[in-house]
Amino acid sequence: MDQKTIDPKHIHAKEQAVDMRGITKRFGPVVANDNIDLYVNKGEIMALLGENGSGKTTLMNMLAGIYMPDEGEILVDGRHVTINSPKDALACGIGMIHQHFKLVDVFTAAENVVLGLEEGGRLDRAEIAAKVSAIADKYGFKIDPNKKVYDMSVSEKQTLEIIKVLYRGADFLILDEPTAVLTPQEISHLFDVLRAMKADGKSIVIITHKLNEVMEISDVVAVLRKGRHIKTVRTKETDPNALTEMMVGHAISLDIERQSYDKPVPRLTVAGLCCRDNEGVSKLDNVGFVAYGGEILGVAGIAGSGQKELLESIAGLRHVTSGSIIYTPDGRVPMDLVGKTPMEIRDSGVALAFVPEDRLGMGLVGGMGMTGNMMLRSWNRGKGIFVDRKSPEKMAKEVYKNLEVATPDLDFPVSKLSGGNVQKVLVGREIASSPSVLMSAYAVRGLDINTSYVIYDLMQEQKMKGVAVIFVGEDLDVLLELCDRILVHCAGKVSGIVDARTASKEEIGLMMTSIGGEEAAGE
Amino acid sequence: MNFNLIRFIQAAVSNGAPLLFGTSGEILTEKSGNLNLGVEGLMFMGGAFGLAGVYYYDKAAGDSVSVVTATIIALLCAFAAGCLGSLIYSFLTISLRANQNVTGLALTIFGTGVGQFVGEYMRTTSAGSGGFISVSNTLKEGFIASPFPKAMQGIPVIGPLLFSHNFFVYLGIAIALFLSWFMGKTRKGLYLRAVGESPATADAAGISVEKYKYLATVIGGGISAIGGVVYTMTIAGTVWMRDGLSGEGWIAVALVIFCLWRPINAIWGSVLFGGLMLLYLWLPVPFIPSQIYKVVQYMVTTVVLIIVSMRQKRENQPPASLGSAYFREER
Repeated sequence: MDQKTIDPKHIHAKEQAVDMRGITKRFGPVVANDNIDLYVNKGEIMALLGENGSGKTTLMNMLAGIYMPDEGEILVDGRHVTINSPKDALACGIGMIHQHFKLVDVFTAAENVVLGLEEGGRLDRAEIAAKVSAIADKYGFKIDPNKKVYDMSVSEKQTLEIIKVLYRGADFLILDEPTAVLTPQEISHLFDVLRAMKADGKSIVIITHKLNEVMEISDVVAVLRKGRHIKTVRTKETDPNALTEMMVGHAISLDIERQSYDKPVPRLTVAGLCCRDNEGVSKLDNVGFVAYGGEILGVAGIAGSGQKELLESIAGLRHVTSGSIIYTPDGRVPMDLVGKTPMEIRDSGVALAFVPEDRLGMGLVGGMGMTGNMMLRSWNRGKGIFVDRKSPEKMAKEVYKNLEVATPDLDFPVSKLSGGNVQKVLVGREIASSPSVLMSAYAVRGLDINTSYVIYDLMQEQKMKGVAVIFVGEDLDVLLELCDRILVHCAGKVSGIVDARTASKEEIGLMMTSIGGEEAAGE
Repeated sequence: MNFNLIRFIQAAVSNGAPLLFGTSGEILTEKSGNLNLGVEGLMFMGGAFGLAGVYYYDKAAGDSVSVVTATIIALLCAFAAGCLGSLIYSFLTISLRANQNVTGLALTIFGTGVGQFVGEYMRTTSAGSGGFISVSNTLKEGFIASPFPKAMQGIPVIGPLLFSHNFFVYLGIAIALFLSWFMGKTRKGLYLRAVGESPATADAAGISVEKYKYLATVIGGGISAIGGVVYTMTIAGTVWMRDGLSGEGWIAVALVIFCLWRPINAIWGSVLFGGLMLLYLWLPVPFIPSQIYKVVQYMVTTVVLIIVSMRQKRENQPPASLGSAYFREER
């Protein structure tokens, strides 16, 4: 079908492609989606906007058959449907392109496309390749059907994912953060393709948190916050500021008593720092800042904009392509941390407490007790071939006492402790090494409010000791209350550094989504 | 030196036939992402139950015994035993998501034990057999005879090389060729490989991961078990020997790696390994102990692994999800 032959009158503007009513989804005690009502019209592009953990992907996964809603109903083309599996979703014409591509590496593009199809007959690779090329030509994709997936670039893989769902006859496409891994040129090409699909009458949902893209591509915007559907607005009738406010919500007072340390000294001077991830994508681009002893430097930014890479670069866990990290310890000569081993960096007094999504993945060994985990920092000390168990045990006792870790005994496996206690052990261990630079990432991730405050107090305490604290956080309210200055990351660049005492959340929100916070605001 | 190459190859082919079944079955299993280390146990079960089926049939039929019927009974009994064994494995690893290595090793111990029990039970309870069981000579000769006419077997060189083997050899080659065609050319085969490479992808594409894993593992286990009965019927001469099958299953597992998970390679691979296993009989060198000969096949496997990993060709790698259980809602 040529897209020019489509009569726009055939696409009823108000006809709903998908209607979700009262959707609730829980993961254990966590409510990921709370009574969400959301519908998408045919032939429209909807942007699903929200911060990390606001439940965007979970909601869409229920349309795609990955999860089952606990409550609520789903209507497709006005009919009630039950979507138990991705197969059911495709039968309803719903196809989702996941953030992590679901492709078989050793298969060709064409082989990936026909996976799972119940077409009869033998596997005619030439015929499939021809069909794939036909779809690609129709919407303006570029793809070689016989190329193996492991030879493809990220953009090609994404193209293949889209073709895969189109081949299955999907007319409702969900794209989860499609632009996160693409270059600007690839993004504009993707948007052209999406517009061509829209013109063909397909409905599209884009999950994103990039405001400029929302403004550029979408017809309507639905905003989720903390698992709730806040509002759906037409893109033409809104602006980035209003969207930011809906996305981050209004400030709730946290009342962290921020103390001032009167004589801050430069501790860590980072300049021109660049690094790439394993796939060669640039993760940090010319990052520069100064962290002072006696202050908490907050780091804000959308997940994956380089916060993790920044901390890993400083800790020596990541290869730095260029730039310098000058560390100035008290009463010693400044040194460049680039090129030093993680052990040397740690021994010189730079500590990293990183809490990954799964909490235990980096930093603690789940099967070992507190003592064992303390030893991870001192395994190479001790006499001869014997490890020194005494001092880690003492350290574990101190952490146990000072942070009130709830554990039956010091050798109880930490994986069986509750999340808050695990994080106390992790942060406590780093603090116990009396660092002069303390880096922590998502230290309060998944913690209840009280435990969070214990962690905040610890950070403050370190700050008042003259330690330079770098605090990577997710919650802007907390960052504003706790930190002295906030460095805002946007796509691997420093979008700006603001004074936490005077900055507003909206300001930071805009800076998170565009460099300097001006681009989106100016539109 | 009286080394006869043609006769050596003949011996290698028939010695490799059990391996060919064991390997083909395990390739099918591993292509679904299940690493079934229970092949040794499955082959023991196949050997014992296959022999039991033929033994009791032979006793019941008396003089009217038919080789064709006996062969079918042997194959069916072994296949069923293997299916049953790998069904236990499948239930534990696929439905209950137990650790595949541990479950596989347990299946080896279990299968070996069951096989030994059945074999020893027959041996000790059969009256007047003098402590060992065996079937009538009609069947014995029938099992090792070639299905091709004498004239074809008589062709010089080609006859002994191609037409002189027992029926099981040709069946094994047919199965390997079929599996090769199935995995390479059919949709179901493509889907099966997708399940083994990336179950999440297959699942998202609407392929029933559980169904494919169960079918591939159960049928693969059945094929592997046939290797056991082929051993008892041909190499062991229908006599139950306690430790006769020892090690065959493990060699089959090694052979899977050697064949780079391609059934077609199993055909020549099993002949090569069958030959290597016999080398100490055919090419004895006085000062080399026979034990050294017996590790040659493992050394060859190691060398192949090193070469393959050096070449780093993606197609030669094991199925990407091999050894891990799949759970859709895992976060």
